[in-house]
Amino acid sequence: MKLKLATLAVAGMMAAAPAMAELVFPSLSYRTGPYAAGGIPFADGYADYFTMLNERDGGINGVMTSVPECETAYNTEKGVECYESLKDSGGLVYQPLSTGITYQLIPKTTADDIPMHTMGYGRTSAKNGEVFTHTFNYPANYWDGASGAINYLLEENGGDLSGKKIALVYHNSAYGKEPIRTLQELSKKHGFELSEVPVDHPGQEQKSQWLQIRRDKPDYVIMYGWGVMNQVAVQEAANIRFPMENFIGIWWSGSENDVLAAGAAADGYKALTFHGVGSDFPVFDDIQTHVVDKGLAAGAGDQIGTVLYNRGLYAAMLAAEAAKNAMEIHDTKDITPAMMRDGMEALDMTEEKMTELGLPGFGPTFKVSCENHGGNGLVGVTQWDAEAKEWTLISDFSETDRDVIGPLIEEDSTAYAAENNIEPGCS
Amino acid sequence: MFYREAGDFRTTYAEDQQTFPIRFDRYRYYLVLFAAIFVVPFVINDYWANSLLLPFLIYAIAAIGLNILVGYCGQVSLGTGGFMAVGAYACYKLMTAMPDVSMFVHVILAGVITAGVGVLFGLPSLRIKGFYLAVATLAAQFFLVWLFNRFPWFYNYSASGQINAPERDVFGVVITGPNAEAWATYAFCLIFTIFSAIVARNLTRGSVGRKWMAIRDMDIAAEIIGVNPLRAKLTAFAVSSFFIGISGALFFAIYLGAVEVGEAFGIQKSFLVLFMIIIGGLGSIFGSFAGAAFLVLLPVLLKVVGVDWLGWPTDIVAHLQLVIVGALIVLFLIAEPHGIAQLWRVAKEKLRLWPFPH
Repeated sequence: MKLKLATLAVAGMMAAAPAMAELVFPSLSYRTGPYAAGGIPFADGYADYFTMLNERDGGINGVMTSVPECETAYNTEKGVECYESLKDSGGLVYQPLSTGITYQLIPKTTADDIPMHTMGYGRTSAKNGEVFTHTFNYPANYWDGASGAINYLLEENGGDLSGKKIALVYHNSAYGKEPIRTLQELSKKHGFELSEVPVDHPGQEQKSQWLQIRRDKPDYVIMYGWGVMNQVAVQEAANIRFPMENFIGIWWSGSENDVLAAGAAADGYKALTFHGVGSDFPVFDDIQTHVVDKGLAAGAGDQIGTVLYNRGLYAAMLAAEAAKNAMEIHDTKDITPAMMRDGMEALDMTEEKMTELGLPGFGPTFKVSCENHGGNGLVGVTQWDAEAKEWTLISDFSETDRDVIGPLIEEDSTAYAAENNIEPGCS
Repeated sequence: MFYREAGDFRTTYAEDQQTFPIRFDRYRYYLVLFAAIFVVPFVINDYWANSLLLPFLIYAIAAIGLNILVGYCGQVSLGTGGFMAVGAYACYKLMTAMPDVSMFVHVILAGVITAGVGVLFGLPSLRIKGFYLAVATLAAQFFLVWLFNRFPWFYNYSASGQINAPERDVFGVVITGPNAEAWATYAFCLIFTIFSAIVARNLTRGSVGRKWMAIRDMDIAAEIIGVNPLRAKLTAFAVSSFFIGISGALFFAIYLGAVEVGEAFGIQKSFLVLFMIIIGGLGSIFGSFAGAAFLVLLPVLLKVVGVDWLGWPTDIVAHLQLVIVGALIVLFLIAEPHGIAQLWRVAKEKLRLWPFPH
């Protein structure tokens, strides 16, 4: 039995190995399980962008791309299995789309010299590239999100939040706990009162939490949720008649899936974002001609233009740009993961570049460096219009509170470096 | 034919009572052990270690542990995930508190601590049994997960509540963290698996195991013939939790390296291990291995066939996996309610008599 399995698996791996001279961008997707609603559009967007590059430009600088998918179901064990099975295929950069899997892979990717991009999730202190050499979380991270939400509220309240009550509803896991420290610091700085309301995985059961919110009457609710937890929270907020415009979700709580279920009651709900919404960008025309019309769209092809599809597309675009960068730096078209890492570290997303790519104003401009793997951390706010069934960007991508986040990142990454005997530094 | 017993004479009681009384069987066992110890570590790579062998070995230990409790002593438990979490967190606290001590010590101590917790949650078993006990252990599962999420002391006040295994070694060989070699992690887990299987096998065929089985078969009758139910049940809980704690510690420290309690040790883990022993065969050490192999390796095999060979979309393969594994479980339990171990026993009987079935 074991021997048979062995031969089968070996043969399988050999069959899976792609032809050489291809740029491999593995997609650790989840199209099943409790978070599938979020995983599907992201994976579709990620795959479609590379398909478009292949069809329109013949790949990146003439080298074709391939996007092998591996189903993780948001499960860390399967995530590890996927990482190991795709490692031999020469994957250039891993995007696990799960904080849990990110934590598993940070040390593994560092040891294997493969970069990982955890865009808007994962370990926040990975922003410190001197410690986390192979992990990137540009353009924004969880703590930028927390600070961005508070900044937005400050703006709404004329710069003063003292005496206000803010509740944080969060997924009771590593992901949801991330913003707590930042919000605590910010509450000291701005004098608002913070209450923490955990919701256990997967989050269908939130009655008692919202009862507590109804009793405490916070002025604002910030939510760090993912998957089914979001829809339930929006529905529960509507049930207790919490004013939707005072309810702000992190970017993982701000897709169509989260608000459609509540119908008209969700009107006015806000969410943070680090990229544009809607399909009103030139690149979508190319996707229509080169991908959808040719019948090459990933998945069911019905997600184009949704928030999470755009995020997958954005992630793919950043990966492709980093690959171009890497080719330029090392003057070769046959790049390795190690070269890809250098390309990511030298990434400079300017407005001209974005316009050239057909994505003008789609995301904030930012520059990655060895010290700063997290970009500039610019965060915008979107709002849901239930009647038109669409999200609109209601603020610019604006600065977050460096003074608060910087020391926290320093503290957390130094602790990690000490725990793991890492000598921080840029070589 | 396959089991040639001619000339296989046993002249002492010890020989007669050994685990593998048939010579062919015994040599096959030695061969597997030899291959596992002296061949596999030299040919292993990261994929084999991290995707197949480590989870198989670690789940086998958990299955052995649970089998002692459920299969041998008849105490239904749904708290496996929680006890694995105890092992993992105990190991983490020990690793960070005493960095210079060998990982062997940490893992074994983690097992001992879990044994203590197991005894604590085993106390209700003296008054309740069957489904009611299942619910009580279910409470243990939820309580333990809540506990490790609620009190930052358990995860050393880290911002995210995750625990990360720092780099630790055994006799100078790194076995945790990203720089651990595949063969080292495999060998480390293999030692614990072999040790668990041998200890469990010998416990279950000695007087302790007989007491457990007496309690399982009929507790009142067992009490009448002089088995102390308190001691029997609590030792079963202790030994079972010891193995489960070890598997939890290995699961966290060697296999995953970073763990979030709700995700890694949730209720689905309890069910998974329970399915392993039901499919593998209750009250059988071999069954624990067979069940772990079935549930760890089959999904990977289906994935390799579906995605890598046939090129089907990953989501369809993932759904098919659920369907196929589910259907196989049902079929299995209809065809052979006593699991793979019983199938193996029957096959062996037939092979011993072959080609003369009458």
